[in-house]
Amino acid sequence: MTYILKPQLHHPNLPTNARGFTRRDYEGSVSTLCAGCGHDSISSAIIQAAFELNLPPHRIAKLSGIGCSSKTPDYFMGASHGFNTVHGRMPSVLTGANLANKDLIYLGVSGDGDSASIGLGQFAHAVRRGVNMLYIVENNGVYGLTKGQFSATSDKGSKSKKGVVNHDAGIDLVGLALQLGATYVGRSFSGDKAQLVPLIKAGLAHKGAAFIDVISPCVQFNNHVGSTKSFDYVREHNEAVNRLDLIPAHASIKVDYAPGETVMVTQHDGSVLSLHKLAELYDPSDRAAALGFLQSRQAQGEIVTGLLYVDPEAGDLHDALDTVATPLNALDGAALVPGAKALDAINASLR
Amino acid sequence: MQRTSAWTPDYFHKVVDCQFACPAHTPVPEYIRLIADGRYSDAYMVNWKSNVFPGILGRTCDRPCEPACRRGRVEEEPVAICRLKRVAADNKDDITARLPAPADKSNGKRVAMIGAGPASLTVARDLAPLGYEITLFDGDAKAGGMIRSQIPRFRLPESVIDEEVGYITGLGMTLRLGERIDSLKALLAEGYDAIFIGSGAPRGRDLDLPGREEARANIHIGIDWLSSVSFGHIEKIGRRVIVLGGGNTAMDCCRTSRRLGGEDVKVIVRSGFEEMKASAWEKEDAIHEDIPILNFRVPTAFTHEAGKLTGVWFEVVRAEIDAKGRRKLVPSGEPDEHYDCDDVLVAVGQENAFPWMERGIGMEFDEWDMPKVDTITMQSTIPNVFFGGDAAFGPKNIIWAVAHGHDAAVSIDKFCQGQDVTERPPPDFSLVSQKMGIHEWSYDNDIANDRRYRVPQREKAVVLKDVKMEVELGFDPATGYKEAERCLNCDVQTVFADNLCIECDACEDICPVDCITFTVETDETDLRTRLKAPALNLDQDLYVSGALGTGRVMVKDEDVCLHCGLCAERCPTGAWDMQRFTLEMTHAGAACQSR
Repeated sequence: MTYILKPQLHHPNLPTNARGFTRRDYEGSVSTLCAGCGHDSISSAIIQAAFELNLPPHRIAKLSGIGCSSKTPDYFMGASHGFNTVHGRMPSVLTGANLANKDLIYLGVSGDGDSASIGLGQFAHAVRRGVNMLYIVENNGVYGLTKGQFSATSDKGSKSKKGVVNHDAGIDLVGLALQLGATYVGRSFSGDKAQLVPLIKAGLAHKGAAFIDVISPCVQFNNHVGSTKSFDYVREHNEAVNRLDLIPAHASIKVDYAPGETVMVTQHDGSVLSLHKLAELYDPSDRAAALGFLQSRQAQGEIVTGLLYVDPEAGDLHDALDTVATPLNALDGAALVPGAKALDAINASLR
Repeated sequence: MQRTSAWTPDYFHKVVDCQFACPAHTPVPEYIRLIADGRYSDAYMVNWKSNVFPGILGRTCDRPCEPACRRGRVEEEPVAICRLKRVAADNKDDITARLPAPADKSNGKRVAMIGAGPASLTVARDLAPLGYEITLFDGDAKAGGMIRSQIPRFRLPESVIDEEVGYITGLGMTLRLGERIDSLKALLAEGYDAIFIGSGAPRGRDLDLPGREEARANIHIGIDWLSSVSFGHIEKIGRRVIVLGGGNTAMDCCRTSRRLGGEDVKVIVRSGFEEMKASAWEKEDAIHEDIPILNFRVPTAFTHEAGKLTGVWFEVVRAEIDAKGRRKLVPSGEPDEHYDCDDVLVAVGQENAFPWMERGIGMEFDEWDMPKVDTITMQSTIPNVFFGGDAAFGPKNIIWAVAHGHDAAVSIDKFCQGQDVTERPPPDFSLVSQKMGIHEWSYDNDIANDRRYRVPQREKAVVLKDVKMEVELGFDPATGYKEAERCLNCDVQTVFADNLCIECDACEDICPVDCITFTVETDETDLRTRLKAPALNLDQDLYVSGALGTGRVMVKDEDVCLHCGLCAERCPTGAWDMQRFTLEMTHAGAACQSR
């Protein structure tokens, strides 16, 4: 563990964003995770994404459960709101927070234990309700805090550090999210920020339930030969279907690739996803095809990454419930208690 | 781009900007850590070994280290390296027992030194303990050279000079003070095995302008006048004084004048204020003592009445860049200006003078009529005659004189032992891991956010009354500690082992100053633009690894690295390590012959 604070001094040429912040302003405390942990790279990618999106730190809510991954919100965006929930209960707390104040940007950070074991039901329901959030699972396929047992996302047949072979089937959270109706689904790798940062940016900009499964090697307990979540294994079997660029609303659109290779997808907020195709036939707007593609590649031992599915026209839980435009926590007494006359009118309409 | 080699001292020496910039290559971070630790005597001895005059230099050095200091690039101001040296000198214990012992017996070789200034004293210190019989000649009554004669006492008390010159003369040598050498030929005939010429640049330049002769009684050459003040021959100056010139001598002249009765003292200089040769802090001290500095004024004539100086005429000029990009002073067209004064001090430069050096004795001279001296061996064209200090290549400063002295001592030692003076052993170096525990280091890697501390000064009204009253009080130990903590420990190097790296990016993520990038290797020019923070400072090297597992390389821009060790702390495999770099300069003696 690092005992010193990260020095405040920064590079003199560090750029600032439109809000006048440097990337360093989106940092949090120094990580207490093991040196080399993939989760730290994901925190760094979140910091970079928030910086590039010019997000106002005080309008972001970070929620997490329990586990190594769930500790990480302390290590980024120290000036934002945070809620560290009971194990596996982050999705319902996030849903409640979102219902109360839909104006904040919700970032749920969880792990394979928190979301695929104890919190699997919670995960499923937050996704199927279309809560407007970006839900990131930092997936290392191992229980690191308890010294290296298989987790629910460990692949069947993979080996633990001690040499034990996993006999249980692994849960594929990406497949699950697709089935449950997530409207933005991606997978990435902590060791590939060039891919991960745009995915996070677009996920934060997406309206609806956005989910990213980030494979994040556990250097301490799951980075050995026989693991399917090690740096070497993921690098060898990573099959990226596309490269994503997020073009903010009102920015001029420039395409670097030859026509036909790039698909432009405009989201609700006006931002444009520029998707450079890598896999010839992959179509990220077809949920069913995406599921099939994933399963066939998985059977071949490949790890499919990139933006796997997006519905740019998606709505969210508030649309479904038809809530008022004002966040519920901002409604004043007059709006909430319209008085006897209004009550009479309602009663009369029900007679 | 070539992979960086960690197996020669060159790369890592350059990373220690202060040490690299110091002509004597004093291990600055090393002694600053000792000061922070309260080990003042140890810090003093590290300095003494390298730069011979820590107490003197801690007050007067030109500090080439400070503009080079990395701290000055990550925040506003460098570490106050020079004044920290003084903290060591002020607070040390009696260190006499730690000085080398005088040689038991002579090695049979006799060396004469002309001039007892910093260059000769350095040579004497390096050679005396080896058994050389040394004879120091100086025209003045005390040893010290320009340190004693030209630096005013209010910047450098005599007790400090006596102490540090005494450490050297106490090593056993013959002092022939008050004895001016007036013939090199005669000295050569005395059969010394080697002669070292460290006679300085003793001639102050004059200004041959109309009125110079008529008003001579009130026009003084700066360095001669300072020397007369130092030796107590002059105690007064007129009420209105003009100092001509923009170097450090001019600053000493004007400040001395303020203490000898000068109430209206001005410095008037040809160049612009920014281009003046004087160090920024010396200009600042002069201005603090109510001395205006008027720039872009070229003196044209002295005015006088009945044999008495009445003032100086100046042409007002401005700077212009000509077609070849050179800076030129051209008339501004404004009317000439006349300034009244009672005395003028001319401090427009100084030069070497060797009237005592005969021609036709084997000494070759260059196109400027100066003796030809080898820049590395310090040897002249008479094989047993060596030069150093201002006498070698014109006026520089004390720390250069010391550096020359060390080099000349190596040459004299080799020459007297019948060896080739051009075969000079490279400095020795070592790299030692500073890891003490999983995340503990032998140095304080927590970066202090403090801004540079100012050295406290005595009250102006008090110091202006006494030419010998030291102005600066020096840092007290508590402030010295805080200033020492600003040092970034640049000698504790980030050393990278390619074969251990698993490319987890932890170092790249944690680095507070965006020094580290993993990327595809190309040529340096292209690489510099593609790093996490573009490497725009071309004076600073890139540290490049060999190819890693994914085919990429690790590139580290040394420019603003804080040496905080976080890359090594966050590295899961120990591919990064913090290793202390020590450089052992080659000095005269066994080491220079065996290595």
